[in-house]
Amino acid sequence: MKKKDLLIKSSIPVLLAALLLLHYAFKQPATDYEEIPLLNTDCPPGFKRNANNECIAQNLYMQYDSPNNKGVGGLQTGLPEIRDGFTPQEIDLGRYLFFDPVLSGDGTISCASCHDPGKGFSDGLATSIGANNHTLKRAAPSLWNVGYLKKLFWDGRASSLEEQMKGPLFSPEEMNNTPDNLIHTLNSIEQYKLLFAEAFPERDRNAPIKLAEVYTSVAAFQASLVSLNSKYDRYAHGYHQALNDKEIEGMNVFRSFVARCAECHTPPLFTNQQFAVIGSPEPDDLPLDPGAEIPFQDKTLRGAFKVPSLRNIEKTAPYMHSGKFKTLREVVEFYTGGRGHAVPEGEDLIIHWHIWEPELSEYELDRLVDFLKTLTDETFTPEIPQTLPSGLNPTVKP
Amino acid sequence: MKSKLTNILGAIFLLGIGVFLGRSFFSVPQEVTIPIPSTIKYRNAGTSADTLQVAAAREFNGQIIEVKDGESIQAAVSQANPGDLIRVYPGTYSENVYIDKDDISLQGIVIDGKWPTLDGKKEINDAFLYSGNGILIENFKIINYKGNGIMGQAGNNFVIRNNWIIDTGVYGIFPQYGKNGLIEHNVLSIIADAAIYVGMCDNVDVRHNEVFDSVAGIEIENSRHCLVENNYVHDNTGGLLAFITPGLPIKTTFDVIFRNNFVVNNNHENFGAPGSTVAGIPPGTGILIMAADDVIVENNIITGNNNAGITIVDLANGDPKANDPSAEGNPDRVIILDNIMFDNGKDPTGELKAIMLTQLDSKGPDIFAYGGGTGSTIRDKNKYRTFGLDDYGIPPITDTEEIQTMMTPSPVPARSVSKEQLGELTYYGVCAGCHSFGNRLIGPPTEIIQAIYHGNPQGIVNYINKPLNVREDYPEMPPQDYLPEEAKLAVAEYILSLKK
Repeated sequence: MKKKDLLIKSSIPVLLAALLLLHYAFKQPATDYEEIPLLNTDCPPGFKRNANNECIAQNLYMQYDSPNNKGVGGLQTGLPEIRDGFTPQEIDLGRYLFFDPVLSGDGTISCASCHDPGKGFSDGLATSIGANNHTLKRAAPSLWNVGYLKKLFWDGRASSLEEQMKGPLFSPEEMNNTPDNLIHTLNSIEQYKLLFAEAFPERDRNAPIKLAEVYTSVAAFQASLVSLNSKYDRYAHGYHQALNDKEIEGMNVFRSFVARCAECHTPPLFTNQQFAVIGSPEPDDLPLDPGAEIPFQDKTLRGAFKVPSLRNIEKTAPYMHSGKFKTLREVVEFYTGGRGHAVPEGEDLIIHWHIWEPELSEYELDRLVDFLKTLTDETFTPEIPQTLPSGLNPTVKP
Repeated sequence: MKSKLTNILGAIFLLGIGVFLGRSFFSVPQEVTIPIPSTIKYRNAGTSADTLQVAAAREFNGQIIEVKDGESIQAAVSQANPGDLIRVYPGTYSENVYIDKDDISLQGIVIDGKWPTLDGKKEINDAFLYSGNGILIENFKIINYKGNGIMGQAGNNFVIRNNWIIDTGVYGIFPQYGKNGLIEHNVLSIIADAAIYVGMCDNVDVRHNEVFDSVAGIEIENSRHCLVENNYVHDNTGGLLAFITPGLPIKTTFDVIFRNNFVVNNNHENFGAPGSTVAGIPPGTGILIMAADDVIVENNIITGNNNAGITIVDLANGDPKANDPSAEGNPDRVIILDNIMFDNGKDPTGELKAIMLTQLDSKGPDIFAYGGGTGSTIRDKNKYRTFGLDDYGIPPITDTEEIQTMMTPSPVPARSVSKEQLGELTYYGVCAGCHSFGNRLIGPPTEIIQAIYHGNPQGIVNYINKPLNVREDYPEMPPQDYLPEEAKLAVAEYILSLKK
């Protein structure tokens, strides 16, 4: 017993010495405290974080090929290329900015004012309302799956999200801000300075916020808005019970060459991302919107608009570029009204060849609406921040 | 003697009646087609250049499902699994058949001249719609539909043959977004746009078909690597077409061979729908090449087409209304080899007529080229009456003998992902909406699920098939039973292997 005690007692200082040695040998450079990240370090759903801290899109459509890599085809076709590779921090910072009215000139309008997640990332209005209650000329397009789009705005005049957002941010009729004022405002908010420093760790953390960082963050957030898990998608991936008989009938009308919906609203994104002149009417008293004719300075594009995706279309009434139609039923009826039937007198539009006289029956129109409602999926809706770095109140309610 | 003769005659008579009755009552007409889906055969293009030999690409081990008059073809399709063969007996089937599965073969059985007939009664949109790969549709008579006889959307490795298609609306046979297909031995007529329309496809052979009384006979549009051979194309508004339609997402047409076809008397009045691209085709158009590149016209018999035998035109002149800055509108490097051409241009119309009148010619030419385009060539130009071919040189080739087919040497493989990839795609594409590794979202963190189901992926599969709410502080999970079986197990295993 004594021998054992002695052994234990004598081993204590040895152990202590060893611990001390270990402590000094592996001592870390001095850090005062472990910083708690302010921004989300995980990618949003639909994205996987890779070793470079980039969020890479992941979805079941990545099992499939896409003809000529255009992302258009049939049920089991791959999607077009998406804007991904943003960091979780950029995306999360973009989320704060997106909901923060501090981005507008007078601090009353945020991106979410017209792109409200509760309204399919649109606003439920025929045409949106901008600064000083100014009524705009076009409807707010949904932002679901916007990361897949190659052209933005109804008239396709922007080719990147970064380029696009300068439109509303700095238009006197929309958010009515200026680049100088925006960057000055953000740099005066301590919380944003911390968040930007965290989202852009490569730069000096005390450097001022740059406009490009604002654009990157908001684009990162917008490109993370993915909706690919609708009832339709379940059918497409092979679970045919996902749609009922009426919805399948609707799908078959949708893709038949009589109605021809799928020729432009081509799966899997339900847009072929082309321009089309369909001759849809303006709301009362509004003149014809020349659409893509203006930015492209091309007469043949008079009245042309980018084909919008139909995903979550159920959520974004009223419809068309200026909200002429209140319901999906009215929309589908438009297409069977005859080629150019709503074109104003004196206008000679080059109506798209797929607009014809399909003579769809009332029954078929109802089925089309049934099918369109199977394209709804909001499972990846992002969280609306409870409080904003600016201290302002979010413009939309969670 | 007399009675013996009567007896013999009577016996023969009775025997005759017996044979007649026996045949009528006891013999069911037999079909002798060997019930093997032809999609499993594959042309051995790789073995030697001068053979069209076919070989079985794999064994047939599917089920055979029979459909008889009064039954539904769609019901059989719904019941079928990939690899199955559906055999349809003579009868009238008024339905829209849609095939959203891979490797389904639909084989009509023609007995005693009676066809299995799909009749749309001018009420139903399409006879066959398919989106799967490896679809075979053969031996059907298809009449009176409003949209299409057979329409494919993004199905590869298709075979459409031996069908008899009359008045099925806009198109007769229309594969769209497909790679590697064969359209052969079909007879089509009275189609308001193209009888055979290969749209935004690659590697398609169109062989041995007869197309007539339609607006466009065979149209290769925004497609690449197509062989159009041995077809009888007559009495349409336009016979053979290779062109680019602007405004489509896939914007090129090139590498097309028109070879050994009869392109005869394509003078039908144009009854295309107003606004359609083909509505602008002048009657009397034999072959039309608009904006397509690298088209070879070889060994065709092109006669009696009243506007022009071959028209080569750019988009700006051919379809001036539609504009697509991202489509290149000039037909470049067209090659015209030996062809037999006479009697074309007897009654020219429209712009061509006006242009020919400036040449003091009241007839249309055999070959008419107008607008942009470079590098085009022609063999023995002096044989034909031509317009606009001044800059056509000598072709770099004399024939295309070495090209037997444009189909791919073996079927386009289905894109497959590994089990791990499928698990990953499913986890991030579906599950991540509610589960994150270390945080509570809508559902519990993935690391907690890992702890519960350690070594038990089947437990996760069972749960996602039929969730059972065990946590009061969490909402009940909706069943994810719609996921394919392999995806369920793959994602379960992926979840258990996931590290932060």
